[in-house]
Amino acid sequence: MPRLLNQITKFFCSMRLTVVCLCLGLLLVFFGTLAQVDLGLYKAQNEYFRSFFIYWGPKGASWHIPVFPGGYLVGAVLLTNLVSAHIQRFRFEKKKIGILMIHFGLIMMLLGQLLTDLLASESSMRIKIGETKNYSESDRQVELAVVDVTEPDKDQVVAIPESVLQKDKEVRYPELPFVVQIKKFYPNSTISAKEEPGFTKAGATVGPGAQYYVREEAKVTAMDRRDLPSALVELITPSGSLGSMLVGLVLEPQTINLGKRTLQVAIRAKRFYKPFSLHLDNFNHGKYKGTEIAMDFSSMVHLRRPDTGEDRVVRIYMNNPLRYAGETFYQASFEPDDSGTVLQVVHNPSWLTPYLSCALVGFGMVVQFGMHLIGFIRKRVTIPAKGAKAKPVLTELQKKAI
Amino acid sequence: MKKWIPWITVAIFAGWVLSTLKPEPQPDFDLRGFSQLPVLMGGRIQPMDSVARNSLLEIRHKHAVFLPDETASTGMFPKGTNLTAIQWLANVMMKPEVADQQKFFRIDNLELVNLLKLPDKANHFSFEQLRPKLPELEKQAERIEVVDKIPPQNQTALERGIIRLHHSAILYMRLELVLRPIDSDNLTADIATAIKGVETLRSLKEPEKEADPKMLRQLEALVGGFEPMTRMAYVLTIPPQRADMARDNWTDMGTTLSNAVIHEAKLDPVAKHYTDMVTAFRQNKPAEFNQAVLEYQTWLNQWFAPEAKKGRSEYFFNHFEPFYLAMIIYVTAFLLACCFWFNWAEWLRRSAMYLVVLAFIIHTFGLIYRMALEGRPPVTNLYSSAIFIGWGAAILGMVLERIYKDGIGSVIAAAAGFLTLIIAHNLALSGDTMEMLVAVLDSNFWLSTHVTVVTLGYSSTFVAGFLAIIYIMRGFFTRTLDETTAKSLGRMVYGIVCFAALFSFVGTVLGGIWADQSWGRFWGWDPKENGALLIVLWNAVILHARWGGMIKERGLMNMALIGNIITSFSWFGVNMLGIGLHSYGFTDDSKFTWLMIFIGSQLALIAVGLMPKRWWRSFQKPQPAVVPPGGLSGGPKGKHVPAAA
Repeated sequence: MPRLLNQITKFFCSMRLTVVCLCLGLLLVFFGTLAQVDLGLYKAQNEYFRSFFIYWGPKGASWHIPVFPGGYLVGAVLLTNLVSAHIQRFRFEKKKIGILMIHFGLIMMLLGQLLTDLLASESSMRIKIGETKNYSESDRQVELAVVDVTEPDKDQVVAIPESVLQKDKEVRYPELPFVVQIKKFYPNSTISAKEEPGFTKAGATVGPGAQYYVREEAKVTAMDRRDLPSALVELITPSGSLGSMLVGLVLEPQTINLGKRTLQVAIRAKRFYKPFSLHLDNFNHGKYKGTEIAMDFSSMVHLRRPDTGEDRVVRIYMNNPLRYAGETFYQASFEPDDSGTVLQVVHNPSWLTPYLSCALVGFGMVVQFGMHLIGFIRKRVTIPAKGAKAKPVLTELQKKAI
Repeated sequence: MKKWIPWITVAIFAGWVLSTLKPEPQPDFDLRGFSQLPVLMGGRIQPMDSVARNSLLEIRHKHAVFLPDETASTGMFPKGTNLTAIQWLANVMMKPEVADQQKFFRIDNLELVNLLKLPDKANHFSFEQLRPKLPELEKQAERIEVVDKIPPQNQTALERGIIRLHHSAILYMRLELVLRPIDSDNLTADIATAIKGVETLRSLKEPEKEADPKMLRQLEALVGGFEPMTRMAYVLTIPPQRADMARDNWTDMGTTLSNAVIHEAKLDPVAKHYTDMVTAFRQNKPAEFNQAVLEYQTWLNQWFAPEAKKGRSEYFFNHFEPFYLAMIIYVTAFLLACCFWFNWAEWLRRSAMYLVVLAFIIHTFGLIYRMALEGRPPVTNLYSSAIFIGWGAAILGMVLERIYKDGIGSVIAAAAGFLTLIIAHNLALSGDTMEMLVAVLDSNFWLSTHVTVVTLGYSSTFVAGFLAIIYIMRGFFTRTLDETTAKSLGRMVYGIVCFAALFSFVGTVLGGIWADQSWGRFWGWDPKENGALLIVLWNAVILHARWGGMIKERGLMNMALIGNIITSFSWFGVNMLGIGLHSYGFTDDSKFTWLMIFIGSQLALIAVGLMPKRWWRSFQKPQPAVVPPGGLSGGPKGKHVPAAA
C-alpha cells in the first residue's frame, strides 16, 4: 500500500507530468482557437476551456465520447502537480527563490482565474442621452417579467428566470394574482406576421400574438448576435383563464387589466438592479478628421445614489472604466446613431489577482534568469582562456577534415 | 592589410548610404517641393508624397510606374521612363488626360481580365481602357459587397480582384478631383471669371432677365464642377484659415473654390497657390509652377510651420528608405558571416559584425524616426511589429556575437533583420503604414508596455529557433559544427528561451491587464491572446523538459524549431482566422501560402534534426581511416553531453 501511495505521489510530483500537462494545454489552446471559427467564441470557450473533457460524436448521433481533456482538467492536474512538487521537494534555498516566486504566482493566477470563472458576471447597460437607468441587462439570458404598473411612480416586478421557463410547466408566485402556465418555450425563434415555410401558428388566443407565426431556431454561436427567445404562456386566475399569449424578446409587453391593477407581461433581457442610477448627460464619438476611424468614445454620466446621497459626474471612456460598488463600468459600444451609450458592466471579485500574480511571476523570472545570467558571465570571465584556446585547436581539426 | 578590410567594407557601405541622401536634380518642375506639401488624409497630416506612394501602391502594387514606350508619347516625360510616385500623382491631379492613357492599373487575375473583355496579353491597363468597363465593375462589386455581403475571407480570387479593382478605380477618380474640376483647362482664369460673373449678377436687379445667358451657362458649368470635388473629396488640401477653427479642421479644394466663387468673391490664399500650380502645370510653365510652390511654402512656414515640417520630415523618411538600406546591408553581412564558417578568416567575421552594426544603426534610426513621425511607441500594427521583431532579434544576435565571437550572432542578427524587413516591405504593400489607431488602441502606455514586451517575446523565440536552424544545417550538411560550437549553440538556445519565456509571459499578462482595463475581462480566449499564450506555454515546455532531463542538445534544437512554428502562427496565423477582437491586425489570406511554406520548411528541418546521429556530417569521425573498428557506424555516441543548465 505505501508503495502505491509512493507511486501516486511520485506521479503527481514528476516533471514529466508538468511537461505533458503543458503540452496538452498547448494543444487545447490551439484547437480551442481554431474551433472558434465554427463554434463562435462563447461556445468554443465552454466546450474547450470551461470543461473537464472535450466530447466528440458523429453528427446527429445522440452519443458522444470524451476525446481530449478540457481546460478544467488540465488546469487542475497542473495545479496539483505544481503544489505537490513543492510540498514534496520543498527546501528553501536562496538559489530557488525565483522559481518559488514564479510557481507561487502561477498558482495564484490559476486560482484567480478559476474564481473569476465561477464568480464573475457580465451584463450591459444601454442608456440614451438624457435617460436614467438603475439596472444592467444580461447579454444572453432572458426572463419573463410581470410588472405591476398600477402606481405611476413605482413598479413592482416579478421576474421568472430563463432556467425556470425552460424546465417548468407551471409557475406560482405569492405576489402574482395568477398562475403562469408555460405551454411552449423557444430558446431562439423568429416571429413573422405572415405564414412562411417552416413557421407555425403560435397558438395564442389573446393579444397581437394571436395573429403571429413562430419558427424555432438553433441557438446562435456568433459573438455579435443573440438568441431571440419567445414563449407561449397562459395566465390562469382563480376565476378562470385569461387566455394564452405569445411573449418574446422582440415583442412589446402585453398589458392586462385585472380589477384595479394593471400588469404588463413580457420577455426581456434579464435585469440586474443596482442601488444607484446612472444618467447619461452626453455621449461623444470622435472621429479622425476626414475619416470614419473612431478616435475616441466617451460617456458623461451622472451617478446618483439615494441611500448615501452620493451625487457626482463621471467620465467613462476607452481604457478608463468606472469602478464602483464592486462593479466596473466600461465604455463598450454605442447606439448606431450616437444617441446613446452601451456600458459593459462587470462584477468580478477577484479582478486584482492577475495584477498581483503577474508581478510575482515577472519578478521571479527576472531573479531566476538574472542569477543564471550572472553565473554564466562569471564563469566566462574566470576561465576566458578555455573558449579562446579551444577554438583554434578545433579549427585545425576542421581544416584537416575539409 | 587584412586588419583594415572590415573597416574599408563598412566605410564603403556607409558612403553608399550617405550618397543616397543627395537629392536628384530637377530640371524643370519643382515636384520635390510639391511632394513635401502637407495635406490631411486618413486623419493625419502627411506630405503629398505619401499620398502618391500609398495610392500608387493600391493601384499598381508598386512605388513607381514604368511606362512602356507606346504610352509615354502623350506625356511630358520621355519615352520608356520610370515615373516616380509624385510624377505620377502630379499628372493624375493636374493633367488627368495624360494619366488616363498610362497603363498602371494592375490586374493579376486572368478571369477578371476576361470578364471585363480586356486584351488578355497584358496585366497593366490604362484608365482609358477601364472607363467603358466601369458600369460592369460597379455592378459586380455591388453584388459582392451589398447584395450578397460576402465577407473578405470567403471571397474567391476573382471576387477579391473585382473588389480591389473597383476600389482602385474609385481611388483614381477621387485623386483626379483633388485639385481641379474635371473640365477646367485654365483654372486661375476660370475662377477669376467666375468671381467677376457672380459680382455682376449681384449688381443686377433682376439677374434672371438681365444676365448674359452665355456667361450664366459658363458659370453654371464651372460651379457644377465643384460639387463632385466636394462629394468625392479624398485628400483635404486646405488648412483652416480662421483662428477659432480647430487645427485639424482642414477642408477640400471643391468646398473652398465654391465658397470663393459663391460667397466670398475672393480666393483663399492656399487655394490660390494650388490653382496657380495647376494652371502652370497644365500650360507647361515650370517657372510659374515653382513660384506658386515657393509662395505656398512661405505661407505655410508662417502659419502652419509644424505641418510643413511634418511634410518635409515624412518626405525625407520616404526617400531615405532606411529599412530598405538596412535590408541590403544585412544580406551582405549574412553572406560574409556564412563564409566565415568555411574559411575561419577573422576579417570575414569582423566585416560581417561591423556591417551588422551599421545596418542596425540605420534600422534603429528608421525605427526612432518613424516613432517620432507618428508620436507613438514602436509597434502599432503588423507592419511595425515586423520591423520591431527584427530589431529585437538583431540586438540579441549582436549580444551573442559579442560573447561567443563565432559568427553565429552575426548570422542571426543579419538573417533576422533581413527577413523581417522583407516581411515588413511586403506588409507595406497594403497601404499607409502610419494609419491612425482605432480608439481602443489609443493608449501609448499600453502600446509601449504590452505590445513592445510581447513583440520582444516573439523576437527572442525566433532567435532561439534560428539558432536551432544553424545547428541543424551546419551539423547535418557540413562538417563545421564542432563540439565547442555545438555546446555553445546549446547554451545560447537555452539562454534565449529563458529570455523568451520572461518576455512572452510578462507581455501576455500585461495584455490581459490592458484587456481588463478596456474590456472588463483579464482573459477572454480571444485568438490573439491564445496565440501569445501558446508561445508562453511552449517556452515553459522547453524549459521544463530541459530541467527534467527529458531532452538533450538535439531535442532542444528541435523544440526550438517548433517554437518558430508557434510564433509564426500567433504572429500571422491567428489573424488569418478572421475572427476575434484583435482583427484590426487582419491580413488577407494570400499570405497564408507563405506561412504554410515557412511552417513546412521548419517541419522539414525538424525531420532532418531527428535523423540518426551517424548521418550528421559534423558528427562523423573526421578521419575514418584511423578510427578503431566498430567506432565508425555508431558515431561518437554519448560524447555529446548536454550543455550545462
